[in-house]
Amino acid sequence: MKNEFQVIAELIEKDKKVLDVGCGDGILMQFLKNNKNTNIRGLEISKSKVQECIAKGLTVIEGNAEKDLKQFPDKSFEYVVLSQTLQAFLNPELVINELLRVGKKAIVTIPNFGYWRVRLHLLIKGTMPITKTLPDEWYNTPNIHMCSIKDFFYFAKSRNIKIFKSLAINNQNVSIINDSNLTIKNFFADLGIFLIEK
Amino acid sequence: MNTENNIKTLIVKKPLKLDCGKTINEFPIAYETYGSLNKNKDNAILVFHALTGDQFVTGQNPITKKDGWWSYAVGPDKAIDTKKYFVICANVMGGCMGSFGPSHEDPSTGTAFGTNFPVITINDMVNAQYNLLDHFGIDKLFSIAGGSMGGMQVLQFISNFPDKAKTVIPIACTSSHSAQNIAFNELGRQAIAADSNWKGGDYSSEDTIPNKGLAVARMAAHITYLSKKGLQEKFGRKLQEREDLKFGFDADFQIESYLRYQGSVFVDRFDANSYLYITRAMDYFDLAKQYKGNLSDAFRATRAKFFIISFTSDWLYPTQENKDIVIALNSIGADVGFVEIESDKGHDSFLLDVPDFLSALKNFLDKSYTEN
Repeated sequence: MKNEFQVIAELIEKDKKVLDVGCGDGILMQFLKNNKNTNIRGLEISKSKVQECIAKGLTVIEGNAEKDLKQFPDKSFEYVVLSQTLQAFLNPELVINELLRVGKKAIVTIPNFGYWRVRLHLLIKGTMPITKTLPDEWYNTPNIHMCSIKDFFYFAKSRNIKIFKSLAINNQNVSIINDSNLTIKNFFADLGIFLIEK
Repeated sequence: MNTENNIKTLIVKKPLKLDCGKTINEFPIAYETYGSLNKNKDNAILVFHALTGDQFVTGQNPITKKDGWWSYAVGPDKAIDTKKYFVICANVMGGCMGSFGPSHEDPSTGTAFGTNFPVITINDMVNAQYNLLDHFGIDKLFSIAGGSMGGMQVLQFISNFPDKAKTVIPIACTSSHSAQNIAFNELGRQAIAADSNWKGGDYSSEDTIPNKGLAVARMAAHITYLSKKGLQEKFGRKLQEREDLKFGFDADFQIESYLRYQGSVFVDRFDANSYLYITRAMDYFDLAKQYKGNLSDAFRATRAKFFIISFTSDWLYPTQENKDIVIALNSIGADVGFVEIESDKGHDSFLLDVPDFLSALKNFLDKSYTEN
């Protein structure tokens, strides 16, 4: 399991009810179910990924986060997880609001556009950055609303969203982000993980 | 138990009060089983058939000599694996394969009930079939599954008997029959009634049966089970055993010939009055209405795990109607999974060899069973 999922799993206590939005092939769901006794549900847009989840015995609903989160009642999950898909939505703000409505808390991870390799790529090559976490070309990338760790921080502040914990991941290294090291983390982390609440 | 004509029958002694107000006694439920019930009696799956199905789910149907209607899905090593599970299926009440229906003799007249048979509902059907659990000594079914009208019975069953199934699989169905579906059923009923052989339903005393009307009903319904794309790919404008158009009203096109064939074979195995009664039961189905308009209330009492399946090209029971059930379940935090299967085979997809559907069904059942 990738490091990002380890970090997410550590943020979730045992025996909680969790919704994984954009759960993919269900690796994180399966880990939470087996190791944290999580009552876990998934929402996934890809039919083939939904099939993979069913084959793992996971409860998944085929659907689209922008349209299908509204069927879940307010605060019906203790945590709602959104891993590296916020930037792919037409309206990320609406999705964040929905995550915070459905979940008591939300865990959101973003590929950091402020990462030094991304900046360097654009600076030196002058073309849209391609990295490990952002592997697609500009013309076929699903990522239409990229942001940096700093952007997300400022966004949360402007919307009165409480950030309980924010973590920076760079390869295998995980570190805590706070107001004083924000600029440095925004430079060196390729992924940001935020535990938020409204 | 009566095994005449290869039909197993349970005579239900307990009186059953029907939705129409009448009470029936000592009525037969014809059923078939596949696989074997284990010692703990926790491997049973009750399968519900659709409008024109019967209890012969898989293998050769001993009456029609054709493959059972769900042969792709049910059998050894198949999605519903009869090496592992004990599969039970009953002919619905109102049907014509041995269960209590309009072709049964009315003891008060000595002739078939015909249209004197009480109008039955999906609720009556599942209440009648519930007696099979007692018959087999099963406290809780491992699963209930069915497509189309079978799916409606699944929904009704779990709402009536919330503790009696661990997993629930409604496929390509709806919680409330739409105006379009009622319209198609009415077309079929009117085709039967327009056949002079129908005689107000009292045709059993005559030598003739309303074959033409029933065949037309089947032809019209058959179109609704397919998709435009599927029809176009299979038939297009291909001509039937002729080089050119004949400028007449014979079956010039393959699709015409195909529909006529479907109509003609159907009348050999199905009773016209049963067709009226069962389509009526489908039209009356409105599960939300039974719970004062709140569909979620139908499922509030159950802890069962739901898996809902729809098909992209099904325009008779479209994905949105299946999703409405998912939404009702999610709004009460029920354990519900949902997948829409890509298929151009229309509503009939659930009966056909659609690998993504069959693997999803198998994986869901087998994984849920090991977690038992």
